[in-house]
Amino acid sequence: MEAAMGLMRRIPPKHSETALSALLSLLPHHSSDLLSQVDQPLQVLCDVDSGKEFILCEYNRDADSYRYYEGGISSVYMWEDENEGFIACFLIKKGDSSLNFMVNGAILPMSNFVMVFPIEDGSKTADGKRGYLQEGSWDAIHVIEVGPVEEETARYCLTSSVMLSLTTNHESSGTFNLSGSIRRQVYFGKTKEMVCTLRPPAEIVQMKLPDS
Amino acid sequence: MSDEEETASQLTDKQKIEIAKWFLLNSPAGEIQYVAKDIRAVLKNERVYRTAVAEAFPLYNKSHMICLEFPDRSGEVLVTSFSEIDKNEYLDPRTAQVAIVDHVKQVCEDARQANDEELPSSFIEEYRCALDAEIIKYVSEAYPKGVCSVYCVNGKDVEEPGSDFELVVVISAARHSPQNFCNGSWRSIWNMEFKGELQIVEVRGKLQVGAHYFEEGNVQLDAKHERKDSTIFQSPDDCAVSLTTIIRHHEMEYLNSLQMSYSNLPDTTFKDLRRKLPVTRTLFPWHNTLQFSLTRDIQKNLGLENSK
Repeated sequence: MEAAMGLMRRIPPKHSETALSALLSLLPHHSSDLLSQVDQPLQVLCDVDSGKEFILCEYNRDADSYRYYEGGISSVYMWEDENEGFIACFLIKKGDSSLNFMVNGAILPMSNFVMVFPIEDGSKTADGKRGYLQEGSWDAIHVIEVGPVEEETARYCLTSSVMLSLTTNHESSGTFNLSGSIRRQVYFGKTKEMVCTLRPPAEIVQMKLPDS
Repeated sequence: MSDEEETASQLTDKQKIEIAKWFLLNSPAGEIQYVAKDIRAVLKNERVYRTAVAEAFPLYNKSHMICLEFPDRSGEVLVTSFSEIDKNEYLDPRTAQVAIVDHVKQVCEDARQANDEELPSSFIEEYRCALDAEIIKYVSEAYPKGVCSVYCVNGKDVEEPGSDFELVVVISAARHSPQNFCNGSWRSIWNMEFKGELQIVEVRGKLQVGAHYFEEGNVQLDAKHERKDSTIFQSPDDCAVSLTTIIRHHEMEYLNSLQMSYSNLPDTTFKDLRRKLPVTRTLFPWHNTLQFSLTRDIQKNLGLENSK
């Protein structure tokens, strides 16, 4: 099992799904350990009845079904744990699926924000054009465990896993693929600190870049 | 449990070898030995493991163009498909030696003098040698730990001026820094087609850069690029200078474009994927969270505010 996790730390993150299924076939008796310990990009399925997309994850799985709410591709789930505390899980999926909305440089309102995409014939109007983004996805799983310590005090434990993959393609720079998955765990006594750390916007990007 | 064991036995040894090879071949630069150690523990089958490493290591070593030192420290040899004489024999044209290589140990175990049939003609050697000298100068300036070599891959026996032949310039630079949780490699392959009749040299370059950062995670860069250029077929010395200038120019341009890609990440590429600020363009006021009170909102909505 340790060796399997070692392999997952070395194989390119863009191949992590292939690597996991290979390990599952080699180590079938460790399948539940592997599935719970290896971070995988969130899978998305479409609910044929409502036409909505939803995330498939261990955290919203109930036997063969998956719970989901409005919106589907970002969700918050909460449940009680055994120590009189509770756990909250945030799932965020952004990427490929939204690129499907690319229609000739049109501006498409998607829920409450607006995305502008480039058109294939080289129009310069589009926002996304500057980044030459060919493929990209952002998957995040944040799990917060909250346990009471004493009256008025609680202990917070946050485990964040972020999986990122992006490929740019441009004539002068060729293909440029950056993919990664990072997991951080922090403990907090106070809410304020915790959530400040939960959302450090630009720094995450900096942190991810290896020194060249 | 018995069901699971059945599934495991359904994988044939051949399939297990294929899976093991896949893992080995996808190892990041300089990490195949660690991957081999882990895959051996996962497989728990020495025979399968040995077959997989015997097949995967030569392919990995050649595609990563690893550099091995001669046992007598007389120089270094690059393991590439261009220098391959036999499965375990690799030519170093600079010292006219053939290295006997153990692929799995990744060491050069022995060396012998190259025989005449393995070396290019003196006509070709003039071009190869002049180019090698210029490339060594360039690589020592541009790469802190770069290794380079020049091979003749086509027409090595021609002796007449005006004939066609092809040289390949290989540059390989690797940096392994596990204490900083970082490994990386730069590989470039430059094919030079000397066309005697047209009096031109056509240049094709393939550049590949990889990096692996693994502090509390696994982040990898994989960047590839191809370039084309050409120059006039001149004397060996003039060709060497102009071809090296072409390589220097394209590699510098590529490095700049890589740096551009990185600096574009936060401002443009990443913005396509994820906003820096919420839609409201303001960060959540953590210093004064009281302004958002769920209980107050509920009380307000239910008209309970006054009854409190």
